[in-house]
Amino acid sequence: MKRQFLGFSAAAAVALASTAAAMAEPVKIGMVTTLSGGGSGLGIDVRDGFQLAVDQEGGTLGGHEIELIVSDDAREPDRARQAADRMVERDGVDIMTGLIWSNLAIAVVPRVVREDVIYISANAGPSILAGRNCHENYFNVAWQNDNLHEAAGQFVKDEGHDNVYMLAPNYPAGTDALEGFKRFYDGGIAGEVYTALGQQDYAAELAALRNAEPDAVYIFLPGGMGISFIRQYEQAGLNEIIPLFGPAFSFSQDILGAAGEAALGVRNASQWSKDLENPANAAFVEDFIAAYDRLPSLYASQGYDTARLIASALEATGGNAADRDALREALRAADFDSVRGAFRFGNNQHPIQDIYMREVVLEDGVVTNKVIGTAFEDHVDAYAQDCRM
Amino acid sequence: MLLFLEQTLNGLQLGVMLFLMASGLTLIAGIMSFINLAHGSFYMIGAFVAASVAQATGSFMLGLAVALPATAILAMVLESGALNRLYDRDHLDQVLATFGLILFFNELVKIVWGAQPFYLNTPDWLSGSVEIISGVPYPAYRLALIVTGLAVALFLYLLIQRSRLGMLIRAGASNREMVGALGVNIKLLYTLVFGLGALLAALAGVMAGPIYAVQIGMGESILILTFVVVVVGGIGSIRGAFAGALLIGLVDTMGRAYLPDMLRLALPPATADNLGASLASMSIYILMAVILALRPRGLFPAHG
Repeated sequence: MKRQFLGFSAAAAVALASTAAAMAEPVKIGMVTTLSGGGSGLGIDVRDGFQLAVDQEGGTLGGHEIELIVSDDAREPDRARQAADRMVERDGVDIMTGLIWSNLAIAVVPRVVREDVIYISANAGPSILAGRNCHENYFNVAWQNDNLHEAAGQFVKDEGHDNVYMLAPNYPAGTDALEGFKRFYDGGIAGEVYTALGQQDYAAELAALRNAEPDAVYIFLPGGMGISFIRQYEQAGLNEIIPLFGPAFSFSQDILGAAGEAALGVRNASQWSKDLENPANAAFVEDFIAAYDRLPSLYASQGYDTARLIASALEATGGNAADRDALREALRAADFDSVRGAFRFGNNQHPIQDIYMREVVLEDGVVTNKVIGTAFEDHVDAYAQDCRM
Repeated sequence: MLLFLEQTLNGLQLGVMLFLMASGLTLIAGIMSFINLAHGSFYMIGAFVAASVAQATGSFMLGLAVALPATAILAMVLESGALNRLYDRDHLDQVLATFGLILFFNELVKIVWGAQPFYLNTPDWLSGSVEIISGVPYPAYRLALIVTGLAVALFLYLLIQRSRLGMLIRAGASNREMVGALGVNIKLLYTLVFGLGALLAALAGVMAGPIYAVQIGMGESILILTFVVVVVGGIGSIRGAFAGALLIGLVDTMGRAYLPDMLRLALPPATADNLGASLASMSIYILMAVILALRPRGLFPAHG
């Protein structure tokens, strides 16, 4: 309700401003994201984080009018592609963002950037877009997919574990995840197991895991798979004897609400956490809770940073998105206060950033994450060297 | 050996879970000749109702007590208001209509409960694990699942084989025109069977709540396995559903547990892991294909 009201008042303000001053064309931003069906929690958080940044400025970004067009892809590549085509051809958007899933991003992004539309990814960071196929119109504000796994691998190694059991779904992002983990973890491997995508029952895997007697477990099980695994891990009594590690995706705020206290003590890698101490983050967390009455997740922070990055670029270019060279230049500068602290783009226009380790704790009766250390400082992704930009 | 016993229990537990879903679906398919894709939605609604009641009151059992009748009533209203018009239609129409219902219920749940996954805690007296075989701690809640599933199977057996309602259900599965011609209120019978099926699905959903994620779309993943069970067991047959569910549960679990290791004996580890994972997720479908090739009407066909 509150959001709607904000939306209306923002729209009203925009309408008044444009009639009064007949300003320049608003910058059109297209957002295709997952708002219905499975995984919609992620898309909704990205959208709400983005919208928060717009609302904080009273309906503008960087002091310039924008028009935000949102469309739902229901996690289907076909629908994402149709929505993106419509935005590019009919609506004539200048900038696009929003895709959550890597397979959708691979289907959509190359077409969009070819049409000279800027695409700024707020989540998906497939390796294929980071390396040889990098593009001057493609930016990623979140991470390259492997980054958080690499950080966890480094951390697990630093902790002195040398017999790790690894588990991921049997699909490209799953195998990439374990590859990323092994890029920095070089100790012994008690088991490397690939499960069916969407699997809910892990009893067989847990029995085998107990039998393999590892000294640490690493999982990449996004969404509901992670919730099921974490709960079953606890029910089997394994959380008391073998420490569990993962990337932030399995332990973000939206998952923790459902996993409950079963997730306590799990350590996970993330480029953002709500308790990072910097003024931008404090303002973001406070305003997000006020606007939506829930704790922000990793995805919300990424949506918010995307909007803030666009705001910084529009401010620098005087709201002129038509001059793509200037816009790209301004985006590359990344002259904004990211909620995660220090942030800059590498040569492939993916972030160079610190990656933290967090632990799941109970805070005032709410299960949430707390930063416990830094795994990487100024981490560059492994594919940047293949990008000729 | 201990590990094998534990995996057998795991397979049994998955099996009884599937049985709870499949028994309702097979009755509805057998008696009304109705393909109900929305069966998974009852599973989801049962879980969501139980989770919200349990969160409000702190009692899992109260959640269970509310969710079962609530889902059954919803299903019966839906059946008598809309779905009964579809019984005489083509299977394709039924599939389309009930697929629409899946979308409808998914969005409804999102409007009512939001897009974030929910959680349902295990009741305190079932948390922790039991050592039924020494050296193998087994989660108490999963044991309770097995016991519940077997109890429901016994109850259904008595209901179908020993009661008057069961006699009508069996008669309806064999020849529904004749049952109607003999003066049985077939519409009421259909509504009751539909409600019973939804109740069992809701029971499965509530039981699944503490181990799986309570989230939108949770019904779809189990629905596919359930259809495999129904087809393997023979459409309309409770006995077939029971045998099929245990078989699928065991094969799926054993495949996941042992296939990659067995392949490792013959292949390099990386290939074995990849191939093993793929084969394990295919194993039940291969089993289904084999059974259908040998017995095209399933293990225990219901219609004479």
